[in-house]
Amino acid sequence: MTIQSAVAGRRPGDRIAALAARAIDPKGIVLVLLIVILIAIVALNPSFAEPGSLMRFLQRVAPVAVVAIGQYFVIVSGEFDLSMGAVVTAQVMTAGHLIGKDDAKTVPVLLLMLGIGVLIGIVNGLATTVLRVPSFIVTLGTMLVIHGGIMWWTGGSATGDPAESFRSIGRGGIDGVPVLELIPYAVLILLAVVLIGVWVSRRPFGRTLVAIGDNPDAAAFAGAAVGRTKTAAFVLSSLSATIAGILLVGYAGVHPSVGQGFEFTAITAVVLGGVVLGGGRGTVLGALIGALTLESLFTLLNFTSVPATMRDAVQGAIIIAAVAYSGVVFARRRRRQAEPAVESDASPTTSAGVSPSIPLTDGNEAGRE
Amino acid sequence: MRRGLSSAIGLVGASALIALAGCTTDPSVQPSGEGGGGEEESSQEWFDQELYDTQLAQRDIDPQGPEDKPYLQMIDPEMVDTSQFESAGEKKMCFANASISNPWRQTGWITMNEQLKELKDNGVITEMETRDAQDNDDTQISDIDYFISEGDCDGFIISPNSTAAITPAVERACETDKPVIVFDRGVETDCAVTFIHPIGGFAWGIDSAEFLIDNLSDGDKVVALRILPGVDVLEQRWAAAEKLFDEAGIDVVDHFTEGDPATIKKVVSDELAKSDVQGIWMDAGDGAVSAIEAFEDAGKDYPVMTGEDELSFLRKWDETGMTAIAPVYTNFQWRTPLLAAEMIFEGQEVPSEWVLPQDPITADELDEYLDRNEGMPDGHYAKFGGEDLPGFPEVWQDRVIP
Repeated sequence: MTIQSAVAGRRPGDRIAALAARAIDPKGIVLVLLIVILIAIVALNPSFAEPGSLMRFLQRVAPVAVVAIGQYFVIVSGEFDLSMGAVVTAQVMTAGHLIGKDDAKTVPVLLLMLGIGVLIGIVNGLATTVLRVPSFIVTLGTMLVIHGGIMWWTGGSATGDPAESFRSIGRGGIDGVPVLELIPYAVLILLAVVLIGVWVSRRPFGRTLVAIGDNPDAAAFAGAAVGRTKTAAFVLSSLSATIAGILLVGYAGVHPSVGQGFEFTAITAVVLGGVVLGGGRGTVLGALIGALTLESLFTLLNFTSVPATMRDAVQGAIIIAAVAYSGVVFARRRRRQAEPAVESDASPTTSAGVSPSIPLTDGNEAGRE
Repeated sequence: MRRGLSSAIGLVGASALIALAGCTTDPSVQPSGEGGGGEEESSQEWFDQELYDTQLAQRDIDPQGPEDKPYLQMIDPEMVDTSQFESAGEKKMCFANASISNPWRQTGWITMNEQLKELKDNGVITEMETRDAQDNDDTQISDIDYFISEGDCDGFIISPNSTAAITPAVERACETDKPVIVFDRGVETDCAVTFIHPIGGFAWGIDSAEFLIDNLSDGDKVVALRILPGVDVLEQRWAAAEKLFDEAGIDVVDHFTEGDPATIKKVVSDELAKSDVQGIWMDAGDGAVSAIEAFEDAGKDYPVMTGEDELSFLRKWDETGMTAIAPVYTNFQWRTPLLAAEMIFEGQEVPSEWVLPQDPITADELDEYLDRNEGMPDGHYAKFGGEDLPGFPEVWQDRVIP
């Protein structure tokens, strides 16, 4: 959106130049990476570009993308949620253990799961804001508690896959759609989560979160309810983990290893999407693009003949390169801006999130001394 | 200032806890320390012709021992005298367990505890103290040293977390002159009175690969789903299978999935998008069902498949009627150590290497094993061998983990 507004009203030549500038812009780099990866996938396997395959791909990305969007709200407010993976596992095991083959239990258990999600978010949020324990520790603790609790309850083995009606949320879809063949429910849910996520992030609540992540003291002085806002972010995060759990029950089935490591996948996706660890900068769409990039990278490596033992290493190297590139460019730009004093209103930063963050961060550093 | 301090504490805590978090989210099988060394570990490094030949032969040897008690059967045993340990009275065993972090180990652990309950009535083994190393070599070493220094163990049972790292601790336990029983994964010393294990990884690889080769033709594509690199038990399964696939001209692609069904489904979907897949080989059955579902969702014919004796797979196999086999990594071996301990205290001979049978479940036996395990959860292992224990079947159905 900021792209359009910045480019609008210029001549086509300028527009192309602006787009090219965008591409080497640190925030554009992940989009370029995503497009390059997708082109490479299609080159290796043209059938990937068929609408049906793309739908299947989006269905598979949905859990990771939903979790990344939830993690965005927590990270942009300057916190971490490490309990997401455990929440996913817990919800998957809950579904497997409680629903069984009884279709009638689908709705009550679904509500229970959402309730569990909200509760975990509130606990994480209150422990972070009221008890003032760093969220890294709080959510690490809840991760262990949830994981241990669920293993104790189910003995590490849920009764089995739940009823098909429940699984169809993550596995099924609307069949027989022209062109697309199948619209998986998971894609519709992802779409809804993205729309709600973008909407929330543009509401006063979302703006306040970013301000809190940038400088909690300043935000508090400005009248923001820091505790309440952050707690709400944790609730959003564990609710998104719950939704991912529901999708994964359908997609993958019930197993205690489903959801393992999701917290780090989500954080990686969010960082890849240009959200800054420590808070104060980033967008929901960035998190979404980060998740898409991660998953398409995984697919690309499956399509290439990279030896199995090397795949993780290649994936890691590409992620580091992408994040390091944007870090270096950001740092250089900030230095350039800091030296000849701050430019006039027509500063090259186009995103609303970037320009105010610079003076705020400076103030922040001054406060530390 | 306050902010600086708190972020410093946060950083220190974070870096320490990243390591901790890494441990708790570890996949079910811990790579052994020496295994992860090389970047490009080819399966040849794990291939051991002598061991391969031994296991190949052991698959066809009829085990000795009672027909109805497979957990007391032994293949090609070399009996050793245990009279030095013969002693009357009630005995306490100390058990250093690698972990109960996966369904296979959980099933075995439940069975072992039910076996203990039964043995208590005999008045020989009356107590067992257990320390769980949670997949960590260092923890297990300190667990074993704790048992030694505590001094009230009459005997040790050790299920090593990894081979090389645990060896010195096992040697220290042997030096106490009390009987030491090692089971599941091995160690690099023969000081233990007996080492209990099923035939082994090469036998698994042979059983599964031969089945695929028999049911596929030259040029067919097999996707191999592996959990992790660098774990000897798993690498041996793959080394044997890869050798046989090569010889038979089967085209095989391998992937690491950490046993996560979501990853498995993605990998299989991508392979199906590339080209048709005729066979699936797994180095452990976790997530087998999601591999099958990937074929269903893509609208492709079922592959010829090898899984494991986990009930989720057996049930799906039965439901779909696909061509499959369930290789077995004998779960009933968890009963044998306590029984061996009782034999040792009674001065009976035991084999120095107690090789238990490891027969895959074939299509003919599928119904039988499904009947025997009716009502068990999906993560239960069909060849758990505890049907004659007092807690059967409720304890396994309810997953009562002690």
